[in-house]
Amino acid sequence: MSDHAAASAPGAPSSQAAAHVPHLARQPRRGRVAPGSVEEKRLREIWETPPGWRGWLSSVDHKTIGLRYLVTAFVFLLMGGVEALIMRVQLARPNATVLTPEQYNQLFTMHGVTMIFLYALPVLSGFSNYLWPLVLGARDMAFPRLNALSYWIFLFAGIFLYASFPTGQAPDAGWFNYTPLSGLEYSTGPNIDVYALGMVLLGISTTVGSMNFVVTLLRMRAPGMSLDRVPVLVWGTLTASAGNLLAVPSVSLAFFLLWMDRRIGTHFFDVLNGGRPLLWQHLFWIFAHPWVYAVVLPAMGIVSDALPVFCRRPLVGYGPVALATVATMAIGFVVWIHHMFATGIPALALSFFGSASMVIAIPSAVATFAWIATIWTGRPVFRVPFLFFAGFVFLFVVGGVSGVLTAAVPFDWQLTDTYFVVAHLHYVLLGINVFPVIGGIYFWFPKFTGKMMSERLGKLGFWVMFAGFNIGFFPMHIAGLLGMPRRIYTYPADMGWNTVNLVTSLGSFLFALGVLIFLVDLAVSLKRGKPAGDNPWDAPSLEWAVSSPPPPYNFAVVPTLASRHPLWEDRIEEPGNGGQLRSQLDEGYLLAEGREALGTTALEANPDVILKMPGDSYAPFVLALFAALFFAALALAAWPVASAMLFGCAVAIIVWLWPERELIQREPVAIHDAGG
Amino acid sequence: MSDAVDLHPASPAPREPGEPAGVLPIGSAGERSGGWWGCLTLVLTEGALFGYLIFSYLYLASQNPQHWPPEGLPKLAPGVANTIILLTSSVFVWLCERCVRRRRVRWAVASMAAAVVLGIVFMGIQLLEWHHHPYGLTTHLYGSLYFTITGFHMAHVAVGIVVLALLLVWTALGYFDERRCAALTIGGLYWHFVDIVWLFIFSTLYLTPYLFEEWSWPRT
Repeated sequence: MSDHAAASAPGAPSSQAAAHVPHLARQPRRGRVAPGSVEEKRLREIWETPPGWRGWLSSVDHKTIGLRYLVTAFVFLLMGGVEALIMRVQLARPNATVLTPEQYNQLFTMHGVTMIFLYALPVLSGFSNYLWPLVLGARDMAFPRLNALSYWIFLFAGIFLYASFPTGQAPDAGWFNYTPLSGLEYSTGPNIDVYALGMVLLGISTTVGSMNFVVTLLRMRAPGMSLDRVPVLVWGTLTASAGNLLAVPSVSLAFFLLWMDRRIGTHFFDVLNGGRPLLWQHLFWIFAHPWVYAVVLPAMGIVSDALPVFCRRPLVGYGPVALATVATMAIGFVVWIHHMFATGIPALALSFFGSASMVIAIPSAVATFAWIATIWTGRPVFRVPFLFFAGFVFLFVVGGVSGVLTAAVPFDWQLTDTYFVVAHLHYVLLGINVFPVIGGIYFWFPKFTGKMMSERLGKLGFWVMFAGFNIGFFPMHIAGLLGMPRRIYTYPADMGWNTVNLVTSLGSFLFALGVLIFLVDLAVSLKRGKPAGDNPWDAPSLEWAVSSPPPPYNFAVVPTLASRHPLWEDRIEEPGNGGQLRSQLDEGYLLAEGREALGTTALEANPDVILKMPGDSYAPFVLALFAALFFAALALAAWPVASAMLFGCAVAIIVWLWPERELIQREPVAIHDAGG
Repeated sequence: MSDAVDLHPASPAPREPGEPAGVLPIGSAGERSGGWWGCLTLVLTEGALFGYLIFSYLYLASQNPQHWPPEGLPKLAPGVANTIILLTSSVFVWLCERCVRRRRVRWAVASMAAAVVLGIVFMGIQLLEWHHHPYGLTTHLYGSLYFTITGFHMAHVAVGIVVLALLLVWTALGYFDERRCAALTIGGLYWHFVDIVWLFIFSTLYLTPYLFEEWSWPRT
């Protein structure tokens, strides 16, 4: 290989000339970097984002982006929560007039859109963005600039989706936005256009984020971290990302076709001209059911990784849990029709999709029993994160059982569009997403900030939330069985629904109080939390091997892994290892000739390539801005502006992708024709 | 024969963790670069997008009680010609990288130029065909489907032509040789993908109506 011809001699000191005419290959040196040494300072200089607004707009550090994701998603959670509380005031008693029907429609639609699209996945992307490189022993994600792009587009799409809210014309056809209600005939305002175009924009963010996770897993794991040694959070996010790559195009296409029907005059969902409203339902649920798993599997991964720390033992059944994660998503692609049981489709399809939906219970049960066995056989330490994770297991079982019930077609016919379904989806989404997320914040807050959160406020907050949640949402099952339909803005006094609704409203405010206690704890701990140290929970995975908060370069040397629990190796023997091999965290490859990271092979994680990582860049922000303005121009039907913005996007992409010498994407000196 | 080793002559021997790595390439080295893997994920998600477009077409066609396509069976000649043109352009893109790897920069530029021209010819023929149709995007359901699906593909061809033109410029500037030409490999992958998608679109829009001729257009 001519690559090798250009290699510097092994062990040779890195020449100063390397900065000007980069080598095309070298043998990476191994060594140690002492904290506070000259080498360490140099690494810090290479990787640090400059302070001020420049660094703010151009940073590609996965830790910065991860925290931005977490904070932004949490703000959306609070907005969605306030919308829910206003609805619960309206529904607390019969014949209330707090809201008009139109306002109620907008609120329940925006509540769903916010929670499902702007909170549930982005918050998990926040955890994964922050944690992936740290748990994988990498310096950054595979595509740091794409990571920044993903965040900026998410932020702009969130603002976009809320743009028509202040004018009282927010999307109002429900988060699944069925045609023909969402068609031009019944929704003439800008509300559905905003929803449709905003979702296409958000889809770009989700897609590039998912690409980044998939490639990061395949290429950026530390040497020795074979696939059976990655944390379950990584399995969860990987599965979710692969699912998103296949599923998101479906909903983006559906929303684009709907927008074309509305503003261009096509006939995809237009019944009078042979279009089919059911096409919408197919395209929407082909996406939205896998999406349900995308917003829970990474959260289940958080529990699978963090719960065992508080049981003082490894997770029971790592292999089955990892396989169950993948199996859930795989089966999740063939169950979408269970959202459409009541649409009059053939009995054969009903039977197939009903049974497939029940089969999902098997991998879910595998994971559940693994968690229970981990608690059962461990020595539980009742710290705050443990409470949230154990609470999650309980809520997951309740939500899972009500899910299996609705997989039975005749029972589903009884319950479709009743509050039973509302109860089920909230047990699933809050139980499997919000509880692990808050537990995860308690667990990783010390790593994020270097400070501990309060045990006392945390425990109080948990019990208030747990009680409020069950008091608020359990009665919804009963309301559904009593026949109360979802999405009604009020109800008459003589339906027998008064008590359950009052209890639900009280519970929801109690739950909100719990969230408030959590927020107070966050604010107080941020200011006055006790110093955490590197590994306050005595946890086994790689992120706890670096300081809190981690340095900009993550790992001074590339660690080498020999087991699934690198920080517990002195206490447990890994099967097949015999205690012979130990992970090496202090000594490893020194990659410090510019921003460098180690690329490894996809399966065994053997060293494969020294990757040149891009520095901070404005390109992601500029591209995201042009993309958002393009969609804004489409919404306003300002075609010349839209064309100009599209051109801006193209220029930004070309500048971004122009082959750089620094990244060794091209030859250092121009190549001339070798022919005669 | 059980010479499994011969199938993967380049794969390194399994290594114990901690054993020092040999000499490693630096930067965007062909299929070891992040961009190659990223483009594969792009192909996956874009492939899904076209899959859903074709699903929508077949679903709506199967639910349609009237003659399908309403204007009669599609003419095959332009589509067949375009298929051949697009596949030929893929060969030239492949050839360009081969030439670059032998440092024949001029031949490489010429080859990529041929690919760009063929791409433009494809778009021209497609535009002519669009122009000759008696129906438009909003005339009826079939028109909506036909123009949306071919329009999506045309947009991809247009992006692809810009990509190929940039690769042409970069090749002419002497950016690439056999050691560093990941951009050519990655851009080529995208172009081949756009071509393969066309085969599926051609089969769906132009060939399936003939398969279901009896059912949609009873012979008189």
